[in-house]
Amino acid sequence: MATNPMHQFEVHRIGPEIKIGAIDISFTNASLFMIISSFAILFVFNLGSKKKSIIPNKMQLLAELSYTFVSKMISDTAGSKAKPYFAFIFSIFMFVLFCNMFGMIPYTFTVTSHIIVTFMLASFIFIGVTIIGFIKHGLGYLKLFVPSGVPVVLLPLIVVIEIISYLSRPISLSVRLFANMMAGHTMMKVFGGFVISLGIIGGWLPLGFSVALTGLEILVAFLQAYVFAILTCIYLNDALNLHH
Amino acid sequence: MIKKIFFQTIFLSFLFLIEAFAAESGGMPQLNPEFWVSQIFWLTITFGILYIVLSKLILPKISNNLEIRKSQILENIETADKQRKESEEKIKEYNKIIQDNKIKAKNYYNQVREKILKDINKKKENLDNDLSEEIKKAELEIQNLKNKSPEKITKIAIETSNDLIKQLIGVEVNNSSISAIVEDLSKRKKSEYYGN
Repeated sequence: MATNPMHQFEVHRIGPEIKIGAIDISFTNASLFMIISSFAILFVFNLGSKKKSIIPNKMQLLAELSYTFVSKMISDTAGSKAKPYFAFIFSIFMFVLFCNMFGMIPYTFTVTSHIIVTFMLASFIFIGVTIIGFIKHGLGYLKLFVPSGVPVVLLPLIVVIEIISYLSRPISLSVRLFANMMAGHTMMKVFGGFVISLGIIGGWLPLGFSVALTGLEILVAFLQAYVFAILTCIYLNDALNLHH
Repeated sequence: MIKKIFFQTIFLSFLFLIEAFAAESGGMPQLNPEFWVSQIFWLTITFGILYIVLSKLILPKISNNLEIRKSQILENIETADKQRKESEEKIKEYNKIIQDNKIKAKNYYNQVREKILKDINKKKENLDNDLSEEIKKAELEIQNLKNKSPEKITKIAIETSNDLIKQLIGVEVNNSSISAIVEDLSKRKKSEYYGN
């Protein structure tokens, strides 16, 4: 029968066990692909920023297009005040995108299919945005939980809902990315398994599905990175410009 | 038909798979906390390095490059605009010069023409004056001759009649009697001889 489709998500140690006190920080395949993704990003963008020609070559064009793409996304959603956080959002977007894309290569490990990784990324954003909000507005940032124009009777309920929705942001952000990546990769594995188990007669349809799913997954890989980044921008916008 | 078989086989194998999966799996590996700390640790390190290198080294270069290009393009547009304006002014100047010169040429032409016309008129007048003087002189002379001619004619008539008489009859006639007859005749027939 087909191999376990969840097998691809297993983390295993590469090299010796590293321990600091009782904490295990061994180098794993997840760490390997984080490093590979980061190096790939740095490699591409270093190559793209080396030459400073007026008419860019391909790598420079790639780097500059990504730069303007992210900077336009930020200015559209969070305004000009968000400019100091450009590098952070750019890094998040590129990291998620490259991890997703590397996951599409067969026999690789998808870093972003792990809830702990996406949750950590979302927590960076959540904590960062909360700190920025309190620095910019002081205690006035708490007004975020009190929408204007709400009847006083409803206010306690609304405030509770707002607080819950605010606190659930990192969870929704991380689960969205994690679930998308996991579901997609599991589906691909399942259909791949069908191709083998149905053999030469029945395997063509799942093969077709598999090919289609690969295309879809590449789209999803990009889209989820984009969604991750744009939600970061929206949260940042809330912190920078208090609308309520 | 084939489609139906396909879907049924897929559905069946999916059921098998789920069963097999449920039997052998110990749940999602993502929820196994064994390597959570390690993942957090490595994520923080790699993402931290990525963020620092991108924000400090690479992104400033890209943005700098973009800005340089933007300013360069703006500069180029500006210089192009400037040059266009300059050329437009030059064209205007050129047109003005041509217009001026045309006007000047016209003026010269007109002046010269007037001058020449004046000259011609003057000369014509002079010529006219001269001619009329000459004509007057000639007329005067003719008048003089006209005035003098009766006397002379009378004289000639007297002489000829004297000669005629002499030859015809061989007698010397007194000049004064002949002249009296001639004068009398000429006075009588003056209008007949000199009438205009």
